[in-house]
Amino acid sequence: MAVVVKIPSQLRPATGGEGEVQVEGSTVGEALDAVFTEHDGLRERITEDGTLRRFVNVYVSGEDIRFQDGLDTQLSDGDEVTILPAVAGGR
Amino acid sequence: MAPTALSCKECKSRYPLDARYVCEACFGPLEVAYEAAVWDVQTLKRKIQAGPPGIWRYADFLPFTGRPRDPLEPGMTPLVRADRLAERLGLGELWVKNDAANPTHSFKDRVVAVAIAKAQELGFETVACASTGNLANAVAAHAAAAGLASYVFVPADLEEQKLLATAIYGTNLVGVRGNYDDVNRLCTELCEERPWAFVNVNLRPYYAEGSKTLAYETVEQLGWTLPDRVVVPIASGSLFTKIARGFNEWLELGLVSGELPAFNGAQAQGCSPVATAYAEGWDVCKPQKPDTIAKSLAIGNPADGPYALELARSSGGRIDSVTDDEIKAGIRLLAETTGIFTETAGGVTVATLAKLAERGAIDRSERVVAYITGEGLKTLDAARDSFHMHEIEPSIEALDAELAASAASS
Repeated sequence: MAVVVKIPSQLRPATGGEGEVQVEGSTVGEALDAVFTEHDGLRERITEDGTLRRFVNVYVSGEDIRFQDGLDTQLSDGDEVTILPAVAGGR
Repeated sequence: MAPTALSCKECKSRYPLDARYVCEACFGPLEVAYEAAVWDVQTLKRKIQAGPPGIWRYADFLPFTGRPRDPLEPGMTPLVRADRLAERLGLGELWVKNDAANPTHSFKDRVVAVAIAKAQELGFETVACASTGNLANAVAAHAAAAGLASYVFVPADLEEQKLLATAIYGTNLVGVRGNYDDVNRLCTELCEERPWAFVNVNLRPYYAEGSKTLAYETVEQLGWTLPDRVVVPIASGSLFTKIARGFNEWLELGLVSGELPAFNGAQAQGCSPVATAYAEGWDVCKPQKPDTIAKSLAIGNPADGPYALELARSSGGRIDSVTDDEIKAGIRLLAETTGIFTETAGGVTVATLAKLAERGAIDRSERVVAYITGEGLKTLDAARDSFHMHEIEPSIEALDAELAASAASS
C-alpha cells in the first residue's frame, strides 16, 4: 500500500524539513518502519523499546490508532498517517 | 521567581521561552522553569497582599518578568465555608472554592488571562483555541478586552448557551463536526499552518501556569494554611496537577508549611480515562470516546493523565468517576446546601465528594476544599425537568389551595 505519512513541524529537523513522506506498508508499524529507514533520526523520537512513546499520537485518516489495532492497524492505498504530539488540550 | 526556560517534563531538555509546547527530542510536554529565588517570607507575603484583588497579585509566580496589563483580571473568587453541605455528607470542615465567580464564569479566565498576556508579549495579533465552551467564552472575552483578533473552534453540537456566550464577544466562531478530540487534532495541525497563538496548544506551557493561582488563593484565603484534602475535576489533568504545583511552590518558598494535601480527582463515568487507569493500576491512560453530560470534562485523550495518576497515588488521594444521574444530583445538592448553582463539571466534583464521604474515605477531622470550576447557567439542559412549578391564579386562596393539594400528594 502506498501511503503518506505526515510529519509534525517538531520532527521535521529529522526529515530534512519534509512535512510528508511517501512510503509503502500494509500496517501502521510497517509504514513507520519505512519512514525510519529513510530518516533514521525519527525512530528514537517516536518510539521506545518498539512501542510508541507515551506522548505520541498516530492517526490513520483522522482516527486515533489506539481505537483500532495500534501499530498493527491495517492501511489501504492512499491512507494518510498523521503523527501529532499528545500534549495539546485543556478545554 | 523569574522564568528561565521551557523544560521537558519527561527528558528535561530545555528550550527558550517562546511559543512551543512539545519537546523535539521525546515529544514530552514542556513546562515553564523558574529561577530558584530566595525570598524573605514576610516581605513576600506583604507584597502579595498589597497586590490587586485578582490573579496578578501572584505575578511573581507566573511566567512574566513584570505584572501584565489586563483589563479583565480574573481571580480572588470566594472560598465559601460549606457547613450545610458538610452536615449533609457527614464531613467536618468543608470549603467550596466558587470559581464560577470569574469574568466569564469559569476557572478558564485564569489560564486564558495568562496565555493572552503571553501572546501579546510574544507579538501575536491573533489568538485561538480548541474548546468545549468555557475556554471558548474566556478566549473570546479576553481577546476582545485586549483588542486581539480571535478564532474559537468548538464541536458543532455544543450547548447553545456556550455558543452564544462566545459569539457575543465578536470572535470568529467555528463549529467543527466532531467531538473535542477531533477539534483538538485540527487545532494541533492548524497551529503549524497559521501564525496564531493557540492558548491551549502552542501557548499551553504558559496557559497551564494560570491554574496555580487557584492553589495560591486557597492558601491565602485559609489564612496562609493548607487544606488536608482537595477534590478537583479532571479533564486533561492540567488543573489537577497545576494546583499541586502551586501548593508545592509555596511550600518550598516557606510561604506555607505542612504537607501537600491529598488529591482526589473527579471524572464523569462517560469519559473516565484517568479514573479507569487509576482503578486498573496503569500509569498511562487508554483513550476513550466521550459520552457524558459533563461536556466540559469530556476529553477522551487527556494530555496530563499520566501526571494526574502519579499525583493521586503519591499524595494519598485517588481518582473516581460518577454517573450522569449522580452528576445531576450533585448539582442539586450543591445548590440546595450552599446557594451555588454549578455546571455539570461542578456536579462531577460534588458527586465525587459525596461518594468519598459515603465510603468513609474522609475523616471528620480533615479540612477539605472542593473546586467548583463553572457556572450552572451554562449547562441548563442538566437541570431541565428537575423541578416542579406551582401555577396559580393571582389570589391568596388559590395559593393556599395549591400548596394544600401539593402537600397532600407528596
